[in-house]
Amino acid sequence: MPDDLFQQVLDAARALGVTGIEAIVSEETQALTRFANDAIHQNVCEQSTQLSVRPVIDGRTARATTNRLDGDGIRRVVAEAIAITRLTERDADLPPLAEPSEIEDVPRYFDSTARATPEDRAQAVAEAIHAVSSEGQTAAGIYSTGESRFALYNSRGVAASYRETMARFSITAMAGDSSGWAKASACDRRALDPVALARSAARKADGSRHPRELPAGRYTVILEPAAVLDLVGQMFMDFSGTALADGRSFLKDRVGRKLFGENITIHDDARHPLQSGAAFDAEGVPRRRLTLVDAGVVREIAWCRQAAALAGVPATGHGFPLPNEIGEAPMNIVIAGGDTSVEEMVAATSRGVLVTRLWYIREVDPYEKIFTGMTRDGTFLVEDGKVSAGVRNFRFNVGLLEMLSNVEALSRAVRASGEETFDMVAPAMKVRGFNFTEVTRF
Amino acid sequence: MKDLALRALDAVARRGATYADIRAVDSRERAFSTKNGKIGHLSIAESQGIGIRVLADGCWGFAATDRLTPAGIEAAAALALRIARAGTLARTHEVALAPEEKYQAVWTSPMQVDPFTVPVDRCLAVLMAVDQELRHNPGVSLAEASMQFEKRRQVFVSTLGSVIDQTRCLSGAGFSALSYHDGEIQKRSFPNSFGGQFQLKGYELVDELRLVENAPRIAEEAVALHSAAQCPEGESDLILDSTQLGLQIHESIGHPIELDRVLGSEANYAGMSFLTLDQLNHLRYGSDIVNVVCDARQQHGPGLGTFAFDDEGVPAQGNDIIRHGRFVGYMTSRETAAAVGAARSNGCMRADGWARLPLIRMTNVSLEPGEQTLEEVFDVDRAIYMETNRSWSIDDKRYNFQFGCEIAWEIRHGKRTRMLKNPSYSGISTEFWNACAAIAGREHWTLWGVPNCGKGQPEQVIGTGHGASPARFRKIKVGSAYVA
Repeated sequence: MPDDLFQQVLDAARALGVTGIEAIVSEETQALTRFANDAIHQNVCEQSTQLSVRPVIDGRTARATTNRLDGDGIRRVVAEAIAITRLTERDADLPPLAEPSEIEDVPRYFDSTARATPEDRAQAVAEAIHAVSSEGQTAAGIYSTGESRFALYNSRGVAASYRETMARFSITAMAGDSSGWAKASACDRRALDPVALARSAARKADGSRHPRELPAGRYTVILEPAAVLDLVGQMFMDFSGTALADGRSFLKDRVGRKLFGENITIHDDARHPLQSGAAFDAEGVPRRRLTLVDAGVVREIAWCRQAAALAGVPATGHGFPLPNEIGEAPMNIVIAGGDTSVEEMVAATSRGVLVTRLWYIREVDPYEKIFTGMTRDGTFLVEDGKVSAGVRNFRFNVGLLEMLSNVEALSRAVRASGEETFDMVAPAMKVRGFNFTEVTRF
Repeated sequence: MKDLALRALDAVARRGATYADIRAVDSRERAFSTKNGKIGHLSIAESQGIGIRVLADGCWGFAATDRLTPAGIEAAAALALRIARAGTLARTHEVALAPEEKYQAVWTSPMQVDPFTVPVDRCLAVLMAVDQELRHNPGVSLAEASMQFEKRRQVFVSTLGSVIDQTRCLSGAGFSALSYHDGEIQKRSFPNSFGGQFQLKGYELVDELRLVENAPRIAEEAVALHSAAQCPEGESDLILDSTQLGLQIHESIGHPIELDRVLGSEANYAGMSFLTLDQLNHLRYGSDIVNVVCDARQQHGPGLGTFAFDDEGVPAQGNDIIRHGRFVGYMTSRETAAAVGAARSNGCMRADGWARLPLIRMTNVSLEPGEQTLEEVFDVDRAIYMETNRSWSIDDKRYNFQFGCEIAWEIRHGKRTRMLKNPSYSGISTEFWNACAAIAGREHWTLWGVPNCGKGQPEQVIGTGHGASPARFRKIKVGSAYVA
């Protein structure tokens, strides 16, 4: 990528009579070693760089993107962006390009992750597979490592950049009629322990053999952090000023009200030590820490510059790249935890269900925030303070307002990684009255 | 493009790959949307890159790059081989591929109007006209309309000697009306949810969809849902329109028949399947009137799963999946075909771009038209008729599903009566298809496009096609999502 990339963008724009322009440069190298049936079966690496430009011309804007970063490619993408911008209608509410702000550096780049080799990943995978296969089980999963860089420049002087590394390890252990799962992610791959994750998954698979079928109904459930993440994480796109204005947020007519239990406090905090991602948004505005929910009361929501100006409130630095329909959303969620461990939750439960993860979660009702989905890969009956048996997986239909008003205990919050939404900091939760509506065949 | 691909092929061959295929891809996209009278989204994008897939020491390796200089290609080729050889640290067997011929071919998907030649302001004018019609209804709080176009040229070369140059053009358009009233949000979409209809066509698709003409009705329905009765909970005969049935096919037939899923490749993410190898040619998947094909050929229609060759150089094919209710076919690849005793892949390997390796994906998985008229499908004492998907969920072996739709009507003695809101239904895949009692004929059959099918790690999102006519099912559990 040329060092003077943005200067070339500026020059190309000025040659066409345009002085207001913004450029986003995204560069990444991501590698993933995938395994199934105890063997590496897909092993990949991708490397890409992308330039995305957005002119602002008399209240008009549009975006053009390319990965051709030679001089011709840069000039063409700028020309195309300007051409389609001139064809749009003027938007009186379009804000001018952002001005420079001080942006705190958040160090999340680790050479140990960036320099991970195919052999490093394969060796770790081989050891994890052995931890599962030595229990007579079959392993499947992934180990990924990568680095990414995101930089935003504009003609008013914004020059914000961020880089990070990310490693993820996920494993499913299968034992005939049962399975278990574990996953973790970290910017520094030395914080991951694939063999420990493998052993955890194998223990769950072993512990849930010969699953019983329980009837559908309302149960006390203990949701491990990944299960909390994937379900509760579905609601955060609604903490958006644009979504409120559009009438598609469940928070419409509810901001400032107590919607959840007093033990529910949620922040958006890009600088939290367990978080990842840039400390600025897609216009170069610093991400402000938000108190989304405070002791059950909805306090703050995210505002991009345009929505904030229309509402007469300060922007919070959560905007998506313009132009877009959805405005903004908090992307660095920290759900406050408590001090009850999962083991203590189990010990205090006379009858309930312990859930490892949730799957295929989809919104059933947008205002009542009812979601459906399945349990998966390690679902257990808890009786008289002990995990007593594996159980067949359930389908749930649960309203988040009700669920988060029925939380009886919280564990310490950890960095959680699932499959249905982005990583967050989340605790385990013990919830009463969780609505399992059907049982599946396994 | 061809030179890039051949350069990469030479680079991996020199390094000892026992098999290799290269895809050099050049794609362009346009996306427009409007929201409540304003531009929501207006973007164009281009991307060019190369994906290098190799076999070495019995293991797969894949490296993709957009650094298309000679040095960049050499580096990616070397990396692909290094990745493959690292796989020997956790290898249980050597990959073997079913034989395939080599092909020299050039193919372009048919279209009448190249969407990239249609002026941007003409596209925006259509969307704004839809927007105006929707917001004539004061009950509509959010009107959204969108169009998307993609043109992708891919040159495939392989160590078999194939050189296949394919260009596909996809178009999609649709709109939705959202109504907020008194603590309830309702939504109607046209011609389908999640962006509308998508096909392997040019801009002519937009004109065919008659978006502006349908906008007033959709707006009225979105508002009327507030005063509709809640869909009752219980057991009912169920009639599904073809938009919802297309997604039903996708989730409860298309995914379970992916052979790589059956063999465990997706166990950690997308899941496995309730199907096992011994069920082929034995399982009663559906009732006698259920016939399903997986067909990537042009003659099946301009589906999102239509092409001339798949992404490992196998020609497009049409295969039976369910014939008179009996399960008779999986979707396979060169690596998996032998698992079902097939001498050859049936051509279902697809990648979502240059940066990802091909996986077994649905092409066009379609329910063949039935023999009933639409009146005969509706000819029942009592049923619930549902249109247009709103939510979809299925377990990781594809047994238990639950779907929600945007709107429903009670059917009494063959006629629509009262509107119902928040309709949902659930079931077990094979039980559902064995309950199929009537399927409407060819004149009501539509080849729908599902643009957002996810699978693989790293995840790939690809478009699939599903043809369906409206159909009726006996005694299905309805209202399941709102069980108190």
